Amino acid sequence: MASISNEAFVLGMSAVGAGIAVCAGLGTGIGEGYAAGKAAEAVGRQPEARGTIMSTLIIGDAISETAAIYGLVVAMILMFANPLVGKL
Amino acid sequence: MDFNNKVYFTIPIQGNWKILISQTTVSTLFVMAVLITLAIIVRMKLKSFKETPETTFQNVIELLVDTIQNFIKGTLGEKYTSVALGGWYFGVIVIIWTMNMSGLLGFRNATADIITTAAFGLSTFFILHYMWLKHKKFRYFKEYFEPIVVFFPMNVVSEISVPISLSFRLFGNILGGLILMGLIYSFPFYLKIGIPAALHAYFDVFSGSIQAFIFTVLSISFIRNKLPD
Repeated sequence: MASISNEAFVLGMSAVGAGIAVCAGLGTGIGEGYAAGKAAEAVGRQPEARGTIMSTLIIGDAISETAAIYGLVVAMILMFANPLVGKL
Repeated sequence: MDFNNKVYFTIPIQGNWKILISQTTVSTLFVMAVLITLAIIVRMKLKSFKETPETTFQNVIELLVDTIQNFIKGTLGEKYTSVALGGWYFGVIVIIWTMNMSGLLGFRNATADIITTAAFGLSTFFILHYMWLKHKKFRYFKEYFEPIVVFFPMNVVSEISVPISLSFRLFGNILGGLILMGLIYSFPFYLKIGIPAALHAYFDVFSGSIQAFIFTVLSISFIRNKLPD
């Protein structure tokens, strides 16, 4: 363990952090699946309101997707534009 | 692999200030050139437009303008849809859609750069506060302290998060697609037959259209929520 350089440690930990950050997609996936299931139920009950249900679903999904996108952005910053390496 | 925005060359202005000519700049200029050319063509043909459309060109243009304007009117309400605001969001949806589609021609999408999306997000932020102040007058200041005075910091944070969430949503979606496409293109050649086409259809065409629509509809909804009924 003593032979790991500082740079390697920071880079490796950044990769681990990026992996943890994209776990933000977990809750979003569950939530969006639930919303899509409810939308399918609604279409089954009222097939004539399909267009309205679809647009409401897409807008709601886009808002709840923001959390996952934040996680993705954090992961991308850690992978491709790491601010921590410059602090060594 | 490097997915950063490549800078082709820089133009020094003064001291530390310089203009960067990067992939984003080139792709933005290309999108602007396409849209301005289209606008000039439409403007020149406007004289020959009839009361009832005769040519396919007129039909397509009227369909596009009518659909988007009706959608903006439906979201914002007839009362608040001025020519300026309707025209602004027509421009925003068209330019974001074209920027998202420019990946199909091999450009780096301009919306995959936080600078572009932050500009769109900030414009919505300023329009929101202008409309809010204009229609609520003194209640604008009062609403920061609702429901009770202690909520002031929370209200300020929720206002600041509007442009951030708007710009990061568009940026993250498009950059995610861009990075996935970049990974696919770095694969050996037998994986590059047909697969990129399907992924382009999803990430550029489908996701790009949805995100352009979402950005506009969310901007308008944020503004609408601040206005009286």
